[in-house]
Amino acid sequence: MIPLPITGHDAPTVPLRHLDQLWFQAGGTLCNLTCRHCFISCSPHNHEFGFLRLQNVERWLAESLRLGVKEYYFTGGEPFLNPDMAAILERTLEFGPASVLTNGTVLKDEWLQRLRAAEERSPYSLEFRVSVDGASPQQNDPIRGEGTFSRAMEGIRKLLAFDFLPIVTVAQMNGDESADQLFADMVAALKNIGYARPRVKILPALRIGAEAERARGYRDDERVTREMLTDFDDGLLLCSFSRIVSDRGVHVCPILIEAPDSLLGDSLADASIPFALRHHACYTCWQYGTICSNPSAGLHDA
Amino acid sequence: MLERNRIAVFGGVYSNHLALEAALADIRRRGADAIFCLGDLGAFGPHPDKVFPLLREANVLCIQGNYDHSIGNGLADCQCGYTDPRDNHFARISYAYTLAHTSAENRDWMKALPAQRRIQLGSRRVLMCHGSPRRTNEFLWESTTSSAFLDQLAEESDADVILATHTGIKWHRELSSGRHFVNVGVLGRPENDGRTNVWYALIDARPEFRVQFVPVEYDHRRLAEEMRSERLPEEFVQTITTGWWTTCLEVLPQKERRRGKW
Repeated sequence: MIPLPITGHDAPTVPLRHLDQLWFQAGGTLCNLTCRHCFISCSPHNHEFGFLRLQNVERWLAESLRLGVKEYYFTGGEPFLNPDMAAILERTLEFGPASVLTNGTVLKDEWLQRLRAAEERSPYSLEFRVSVDGASPQQNDPIRGEGTFSRAMEGIRKLLAFDFLPIVTVAQMNGDESADQLFADMVAALKNIGYARPRVKILPALRIGAEAERARGYRDDERVTREMLTDFDDGLLLCSFSRIVSDRGVHVCPILIEAPDSLLGDSLADASIPFALRHHACYTCWQYGTICSNPSAGLHDA
Repeated sequence: MLERNRIAVFGGVYSNHLALEAALADIRRRGADAIFCLGDLGAFGPHPDKVFPLLREANVLCIQGNYDHSIGNGLADCQCGYTDPRDNHFARISYAYTLAHTSAENRDWMKALPAQRRIQLGSRRVLMCHGSPRRTNEFLWESTTSSAFLDQLAEESDADVILATHTGIKWHRELSSGRHFVNVGVLGRPENDGRTNVWYALIDARPEFRVQFVPVEYDHRRLAEEMRSERLPEEFVQTITTGWWTTCLEVLPQKERRRGKW
């Protein structure tokens, strides 16, 4: 289900203040899992967006250097289904810090060895972010698929074996459980598999894509109005400091790539235009702020 | 603008008056044309009011950190932006203690501090800030800040050298344009390397531009005793006595986190 802008909504706009983060839809919409909540409905059969190849990424890296990009993020789909993924990360680490968002279930030792060596050569961190949807198979597997929790834990063990310290992102899918409780449960689960100093980030659910059918979509009043941006620092919103590249061009943010109005241009310069917050998903960003960035990026408040 | 050839610069005093005293004595011995502090005078340590007379007596030129802005204006928190509940728990304890034990006079003084300073060091234009030239609480970690970003920041700030602190870990990078970025480190707590010393930076303009990080040994056992008698969290004391960070770990990027113990 493609997210469409709210019709007749007099939405406030947010300017791009500086391109701090450049994201890449490196895995397209292809994923080995079919999560019941995926905000872009990725699956083994969704070829709507294709992989980004190394040569293509190099072109964007070159443009990004002129714009003073601070860090790079890679997502999908599952980025590690892209045969160029390890080479892309190796190349990126020559220019800046890289983070890759994976479900942790397809990682190969050979790639991790190469990537650990690349990080060692670089002044920059290579962050792995492993996504799960709860602190146990009981919470996670009904959403992500049978056996996916233990497969993700296996991926985390692999990363630890190569001395990576993955950030485990947990989507808050059960409305009854507090974020603090979920955080504590996830820390305990990770310690249990031998991750002595777990790094955990809790993410809110985005009610678009498959999630709109699994739980519920946004209510009509869950939208960002002009009044809501009065006395609100729009620097908290990803669209004020980031853009994402797909095989179609440059979009406003990783959440909205399927929305027709998210495509802003064919170059980073062209896409440096203000964006109108016409989508219900913008409401979640407004509520929580900087949900997509790593904790080391800090809050983007003034 | 007054030209200077050697400056001493530090950040994050975090109420560590004993380290501040030791650093100032070391700077006096080595000699510097001026001494600068890049902010965050309170937090973490005991008896926040003790650092102010030392700073004034040594004529240290300060700028305002996020902590100083919060304490000076009596805000609800330190604006560090933690999300980990444990980090937030400790940040709240530290903030409540510091706010309650900082005199009105010192709060007013911090409130009036400038956010930035510019000086001429030899032939170079130096911009001093707390986090970054564009945001007081921006973390510029060595492993998550590209050189392209720093080049642009320096260009847009009309600076040949940018000096900052805020993260608590020192680093220096020469940029392709011949400019420099220096995180001068902090005096308040050790930098998560298992050593109890803290650091400041000595920056020379002649005969050539040089950044020297200077380790400062101080009576950390005495500081630990003072912290205990003020009933500050044992986790903070442990950082002082072991050199390993025990709190505020979530904001560390992987490379910096890997070097620590916790």
